[in-house]
Amino acid sequence: MSKHRHTLSVLVQNEAGVLSRLSGLFSGRGYNIESLTVAPTLDTAFSQVTIVTFGDDAVIEQISKQLNKLINTIKIVELPSEDCIDREFVLCKVAVKEETRSDILRIVEVSEGKVVNITPRLYTLQAIGNESQISTFIELLRPYGIKELIRSGKVVISRDNQFINAHK
Amino acid sequence: MMAEIETQIKKETLNGAKILLECLKKEGVDEIFGYPGGVLLGIYEELYHCDFIKHYLVRHEQAAIHAAEGYARVTGKAGVALVTSGPGATNTITGIANAYYDGYPMVVITGQVGSDQIGNDAFQEADIVGITRPCCKHNYLVKDIKKLPQTIKEAFHIATTGKPGPVVIDIPKDVVASKMEFNYPEKINLPGYNPNYTAHPKQCEKALELLCRARRPVIIAGGGTIPTEAFEELTELANKIGAPVTNTLMGIGAFPADNPLALGMMGMHGNFWANLAVSNCDVLFAVGTRFNDRITGCLKKFACDAKIIHIDIDPCSIGKNVRVDVPIVGDAKNALGTMLELFEAKKPNIHREDKQKWLNQITDWREKKAMPVTTTDKLHPQNVIEKIYEMTKDKDAIIATEVGQHQMWTAQLYKFNKPRRLVTSGGLGTMGFGFPAAMGAQVAQKDRLVFNIAGDGSIQMNIQELATCMEYNIPVKVAIINNGYLGMVRQWQEKIFNKHYSHTKISGPDFVKLAEAYGAKGIRVTKEEEIESAIQEAIDHDGPVFLDFIVEPFEMVYPWVLAGKPINQVLLTNECKGEDQ
Repeated sequence: MSKHRHTLSVLVQNEAGVLSRLSGLFSGRGYNIESLTVAPTLDTAFSQVTIVTFGDDAVIEQISKQLNKLINTIKIVELPSEDCIDREFVLCKVAVKEETRSDILRIVEVSEGKVVNITPRLYTLQAIGNESQISTFIELLRPYGIKELIRSGKVVISRDNQFINAHK
Repeated sequence: MMAEIETQIKKETLNGAKILLECLKKEGVDEIFGYPGGVLLGIYEELYHCDFIKHYLVRHEQAAIHAAEGYARVTGKAGVALVTSGPGATNTITGIANAYYDGYPMVVITGQVGSDQIGNDAFQEADIVGITRPCCKHNYLVKDIKKLPQTIKEAFHIATTGKPGPVVIDIPKDVVASKMEFNYPEKINLPGYNPNYTAHPKQCEKALELLCRARRPVIIAGGGTIPTEAFEELTELANKIGAPVTNTLMGIGAFPADNPLALGMMGMHGNFWANLAVSNCDVLFAVGTRFNDRITGCLKKFACDAKIIHIDIDPCSIGKNVRVDVPIVGDAKNALGTMLELFEAKKPNIHREDKQKWLNQITDWREKKAMPVTTTDKLHPQNVIEKIYEMTKDKDAIIATEVGQHQMWTAQLYKFNKPRRLVTSGGLGTMGFGFPAAMGAQVAQKDRLVFNIAGDGSIQMNIQELATCMEYNIPVKVAIINNGYLGMVRQWQEKIFNKHYSHTKISGPDFVKLAEAYGAKGIRVTKEEEIESAIQEAIDHDGPVFLDFIVEPFEMVYPWVLAGKPINQVLLTNECKGEDQ
């Protein structure tokens, strides 16, 4: 069976230790986590966790079942990329010289990014986009000297009227 | 209005310790196993005044947990243990993991250092919620007395429903001391916990059709048949369809061993014919089993030609190790009940002739039995266990075991016709489980005869509990199958590691003198003709007994499927293979 990346959106009770139960399950059972994002939902009694993981169908099925088995897990949805909108966020500090300044600004512009801080030698840039857009943004900047980079995990929302955390 | 206000004023406030005991009372708990300590002083103060809970002081916290599990196994109720923070709590891990693996209900209450000290490396502080997270069904740290009743209510609910398991409640010292009005909640609020009991009728119908049409069906009764009490339905369905039933170690007793359709235990040390039946069946109906490697052997060669139906209350068990054609998530009793109803409604053709041919085939395989391999004049361990069986079978005894050769011989030779009579550690394989578990079983069933069949290695792992048995007159009879070795490991070394008995020869104390030192009875047995009278003496003695059976050290457990081999490649003696034709 071939291995693929999968995005799981998990609605959990917003309680102490929940994230540890979840991540412990991955390490204890030898599952991969590529990225993990967690924040409270509109109703702060719950949190939405987005996990990008890797494995064949049987492994993903087990991950999903094991996550479901956690007492604090309310719901799990696996989101195929074609059915959802996914976004990541990146902040990076890039070295700036007189001769590279306009190139860097051009990259920020075409990537629909933003310059969020300026010092004489460093620009702090941000960009929002799907995974490949963010990766491209980084690759474009790399030759200019990325001094520091922080990339968020992925958040996803479905395109249709499937609701992961429904609000009335 | 005035009256309402008055009752509100009159309602007294209780401290956390008292509230804890009141909650336990509400859950029907009247016996607990425990060990005091610094942070538990408040709770033990209330226990001192408490007339509705009997507390058994064990000699090691691990034993408190095994005792609670033994209690749970024979009653179906949640066993309860109370231990202190730090080392008291960490000593419980093996017991908690054991109960989690085998799926028995338990609530473990651990004391914790004061809330303001948590995280500061205080004396006897351990992050027990963190430590137990992967080995219990759920756990709680109660930070506020207001949450204590709700937490206890939820803990018992989680422990006893779905696939049962242990729940840990960690209570800081200050929560025990603080006060509030006591109200036990009536409802639980667990939006993420809804175990599915009701099997899908369409799936049950598919399963029934497959079984009726099958020419060579086999039913596997796993440990899941025990807590769901699916025994009657299982027996009735097997009888109606005419399908033979094998069981896993954990499923022993779910199907009567004296039923002509019973194949006995399957797996690594299962019966030759049971393993062959599973390997050659065309429909395999698995009820409440995790398909552990000890029963499947080589997965690729497991029941290759069979359509597999699998009932389990835990969806994770389905499709984890073995491919499944008809998955049924639900309670075994419910699913089997639905299948029986469908059977009555439809009266399907069960193709009796085909099934009879299959049973005849299995009868032929039954001729291949494993026999003792040694021929010395020392006691044969198998004979000792068979004799225990003969002398206790009419007494509805509870038989606990430790882990190792004696455990497998017990599983093979003791014919259990009823569930909840065998208390043994299956999944985790915990040496030192049997004695405290037998103790807990005896506490739960005071009028029953309780034996613990042990090895001389295992018994030394929790032997201190003899003091507990003496203190409370818990008359467990311990039959030590004493071969001077860690026999099961020795057996593997003999077969696979060229008889290099690396650190498996083990000495022990003089068990008779040791028993006597504790004030118990000790009997040594070295001759065949003494076995019966010694067992009788143990049964007749009003109190705990250590029976020290000095047995042949080089006896082997057969049948034996070597790890990783297909289960139809069965070794029956040191030389003879009973391979599938």
